[in-house]
Amino acid sequence: MKFSLTWLKDYLETTATVAEICDALNAIGLEVEGVEDPAEKLAGFRIAHVLTAARHPDADKLQVLTVDTGDGQPLQVVCGAPNARAGMKGVLGLPGATVPANGMVLKKSAIRGVESNGMMCSTRELELGDDHDGIIELPEDAPVGTAFADYHGSDPVIEVAVTPNRPDCMGVYGIARDLAAKGLGTLKPIAMPAFSAAGACPVEIRTDDAQGCPAFYGRVVKGVKNGPSPDWLQARLKSAGQRPISLLVDLTNYLMLGFGRPAHAYDLAKLSGAVVARRAKDGEEVLALNEKTYTLDSEMVVIADDAGVHDIAGIMGGEHSGVSETTTDVLLEIAYFDPARIGATGRKLGLSSDARTRFERGVDPEFLDQGLDLLTGLMVDLAGGTPSEVVRAGSPPSAAKVVAFDPALTLRLGGVDVAEAEQKRILESLGFSVSGDWQVTCPLRRHDIEGPADLVEEVVRIHGLDKVASVALPLVEGVARPTATPQQKLERGLRRAAAASGLNEAVTWSFLPEWAAEHFGSDQPLWVLANPISEDLKAMRPSLLPGLLMAAKRNADRGAASSRLFEIGRRYFRGSDGLSDEKPTLGIVLAGEKTQRGWQAGKAKPFDAYDAKALALQLLEAAGAPVANLMVMGEAGAQFHPGQSATLRLGPKVVLARFGMVHPATLKAFDADGPIAAVELFLDAIPAKKGAAFARPGFTPPALQAVTRDFAFLVPATLAAGDLVRAVQGADKAFITGVRVFDVFAGQGVPEGKKSIALEVTLQPGEASFKDAELKAIAEKVVAAAAKLGGELRG
Amino acid sequence: MTDITSQTEAALAAIAQAASLDALEAQRLDTLGKKGWVSLALKTLGGMSPEERTAAAPAIQSARASIAEALDAKKAALEAAALEEQLARETIDLTLPAQASPKGSVHPVSQVMDELAEIFADLGFAVATGPEIEDDWHNFTALNMDETHPARAMHDTFYFPDKTAEGKDILLRTHTSPVQIRAMLDQGAPIRIIAPGRVYRSDSDATHTPMFHQVEGLVIDRDIHLGHLKWTLETFFKAFFEREDIVLRLRPSYFPFTEPSVEVDVGYSTEGGRRVVGGHGDAPGHAWMELGGSGMVNARVLEFAGLDPKEWQGFAFGLGIDRIAMLKYGMNDLRAFFDGDPRWLAHYGFSPFDQPTLSAGVGAKA
Repeated sequence: MKFSLTWLKDYLETTATVAEICDALNAIGLEVEGVEDPAEKLAGFRIAHVLTAARHPDADKLQVLTVDTGDGQPLQVVCGAPNARAGMKGVLGLPGATVPANGMVLKKSAIRGVESNGMMCSTRELELGDDHDGIIELPEDAPVGTAFADYHGSDPVIEVAVTPNRPDCMGVYGIARDLAAKGLGTLKPIAMPAFSAAGACPVEIRTDDAQGCPAFYGRVVKGVKNGPSPDWLQARLKSAGQRPISLLVDLTNYLMLGFGRPAHAYDLAKLSGAVVARRAKDGEEVLALNEKTYTLDSEMVVIADDAGVHDIAGIMGGEHSGVSETTTDVLLEIAYFDPARIGATGRKLGLSSDARTRFERGVDPEFLDQGLDLLTGLMVDLAGGTPSEVVRAGSPPSAAKVVAFDPALTLRLGGVDVAEAEQKRILESLGFSVSGDWQVTCPLRRHDIEGPADLVEEVVRIHGLDKVASVALPLVEGVARPTATPQQKLERGLRRAAAASGLNEAVTWSFLPEWAAEHFGSDQPLWVLANPISEDLKAMRPSLLPGLLMAAKRNADRGAASSRLFEIGRRYFRGSDGLSDEKPTLGIVLAGEKTQRGWQAGKAKPFDAYDAKALALQLLEAAGAPVANLMVMGEAGAQFHPGQSATLRLGPKVVLARFGMVHPATLKAFDADGPIAAVELFLDAIPAKKGAAFARPGFTPPALQAVTRDFAFLVPATLAAGDLVRAVQGADKAFITGVRVFDVFAGQGVPEGKKSIALEVTLQPGEASFKDAELKAIAEKVVAAAAKLGGELRG
Repeated sequence: MTDITSQTEAALAAIAQAASLDALEAQRLDTLGKKGWVSLALKTLGGMSPEERTAAAPAIQSARASIAEALDAKKAALEAAALEEQLARETIDLTLPAQASPKGSVHPVSQVMDELAEIFADLGFAVATGPEIEDDWHNFTALNMDETHPARAMHDTFYFPDKTAEGKDILLRTHTSPVQIRAMLDQGAPIRIIAPGRVYRSDSDATHTPMFHQVEGLVIDRDIHLGHLKWTLETFFKAFFEREDIVLRLRPSYFPFTEPSVEVDVGYSTEGGRRVVGGHGDAPGHAWMELGGSGMVNARVLEFAGLDPKEWQGFAFGLGIDRIAMLKYGMNDLRAFFDGDPRWLAHYGFSPFDQPTLSAGVGAKA
């Protein structure tokens, strides 16, 4: 809502300054979004008299003017306007002034070699209109030398944001009422121009949809003369950002912007038969005033006559029956529509309008007759004509809500003690009536009032939220108790563990291009938005890797040598109930160089699958997963290199993580250069630690020192080292406490189809040191275990 | 006698001349070795009479002692010289670069969420979560925005084509407020929670991204009023920005799920082109900035969440996490939050060891 100070003062008797008014508006919940003061905008522009005009010596289209700005020192100004001529009066921008339209600061300059001391301005340059064909021409009597702002009239314009619960403030009068309640002045009664109605309304008015249009009032005014509106009316509409169109249209706009009351004027000559509010027929069409055709359905209310639809009720009039310059007889409509239906219709048609905004929030049901009389009176005053009597079809809602209010609630809920008398004064100044026992009757325009809490809000916002004092929340005694859940602790710990491992935490979009989500998809359908903002942000991610891959690609494109990114976030699946199943996940992408080329390390090295494995295990351990019991298995997914990826499982079914090198086909799909390693940890699969206590088990180091023995086996090239380790580990459960691979070798000296794996086996003696025979026996068991897998001890 | 004296002098001279440990060892063998003349001379003492022995022994003993001492001293000197030479040989160029290990970082959004959790835990708030793919009922209806509510249109909602079994629309939550409903339905009252998380609006320009982060706060008890809301937000912002001069301004506003509803502004000044929170917004050089919405939970919302509004009342608030992170840590471009650029992450991210704590101050200085 925008309005000028003058317009506000039409309704509010006040001596308050603009600043005071703005402070009050903010304080009562009408947030000031901006104040435009034309005097500021037009500073440095003066009324000037053109004394002489001569052709510029070096430019055909320019003239050199001497202009008088009232101080007796004529200035030389170069001007390109065709209408610049000696004797005229116009507006001169002096050096230092800022041209409102383009922000250019004027200065003394030379134009094609001729000195110019300012600029004669057009209407558009001063943002006073669209005219740019020539410079402004002022009347003969314009006082030379006067600041143009003073001459033009400088009327500050205030813009407020009206919250959707306050349609009563979607007119200047409602804002004046709120300000008066706040104590900024006195609300003036609405000035009703007198007129006399003659004869019954010649048009039959009906509402055939009492639900959608409970009330439809109308009146005919014959013999009006349309034309431009008077200046005062144009100025008010312009201040509201509304372009004046013609008197008849402007008057309905004035009623809407001034009083929050949309109305419509039909050209009577274009109507035939009864004018009826009814449901549209399915498929019925109307060409609206915005020159677009809308196809309607039976859920929508229209105003129609025998010939067809003339108005999408409460939203926009039709082109056919709109008033024009030649209109002489009008039918005025003022109606009450069901707010919900207006909203639904507007949404379905995708059609917004000032009328819809007000109707769907709820206009004042008590302002039909008065609104129509005000419109009629102004019309008769300004456009002439003879009004008929009003014809009324239906009736607007009239049951006022009565709220039983306990004034003590203001303190209990609002936290501020307001005297009962003041509470009563506030409510009454807003149009509520308060009975002796605090039964509060609400004005019908206040659709937002539902119960006592709303009345507390009214009292507190007018009394002043700044008077609410801070009161400490009651706190528990002693140190605050821990609140984090195990899942939260897990994520917090993992985040810092990952960062401590040298990874940068990224936050990427939850939604992906559909192809990228599909590429990482599972067998269940993706969540795909019906109304994405773009094709790139469309399908909810089934994995954290695509977002990180795309980030790594962007980084590589920007010349980054490497990306070590992780993200902790959700993957989005469908639960058995069809609802969202959001799984907490940690994703890692390692792209580019693991180590740069260096004087020690030699060539740059890329990341490999063991880097991914190391991170996966390290972070699973940080997450408290039993890493010693994990199995390395396959099936990391089609997005991974089949020979260089694996899953980490707790038992064959519970997959805690997948890791490895990204599949070349995936790299291609994401247009990323490889090799890229990736990890995904499935945090929901990590079992919670059970029965953990603060106290650790007792520390009982073995009394005797462990010994190590090395074994090297020739095994089939296809044997997984992990299998050999597990077999050796199991060879003697009593004494073997560790098995570590310290060398893997194939090639010279190793037969084709074989490889050599060297193991360091740690043996922990119990009560007594190992005897040679015992060590020999254990070694035999180790060799036997390896032999079962086709391993033979190397000599 | 003179023999031993001159022999000793010759030996000491040779020891002093020895240029290497090997040469020194040869001298030791010549003198104190099994066949060395000192050892042989000592052996002769056994065949002497006591008188002879008393006369000859001191000279031989003294020769042995002085030679042994000289050998030890020379050995130490030679070893020291050898070590010195070895160390000189081992000198390396330490101006060469050492292998650097990559430095990781925590994203500012996560850091600020941890800060929030820490501060609010001290005020007795737990952290609650809820789904991001929500249904219409939790996101709107239960928050007092029925289907025809004009405020719904202000939410720029992302919808899925899917419906719940009951035919409700499925959407991306437009705010963290549905977590209020879920938490109240799950836990009842009294309750104190914050709910940080991702939210989504179909909006994208220089200052809006279709995904961003919010934190919801909810306190429901028997006697909670607007004054408690104001104190809680003041206390939070003082702790968060670690300054005592935080001034909040509450302005009446409208949210369907609160009544009364208030918008929270904070006073700030502009220093070096950056907004610095603190001071009264009306003071010279200061202004007010909107931080979030809040209010007393609407009685209807309490009813939807299974609580009796006659018994329970309280407040809720919502703040933009990205926004307060930007204010505190000086980022100016929201879009960069979601780009994954390691340069940005290293610049604005946090060390993993900057774990927010109350004792150290929750914030991490640059």
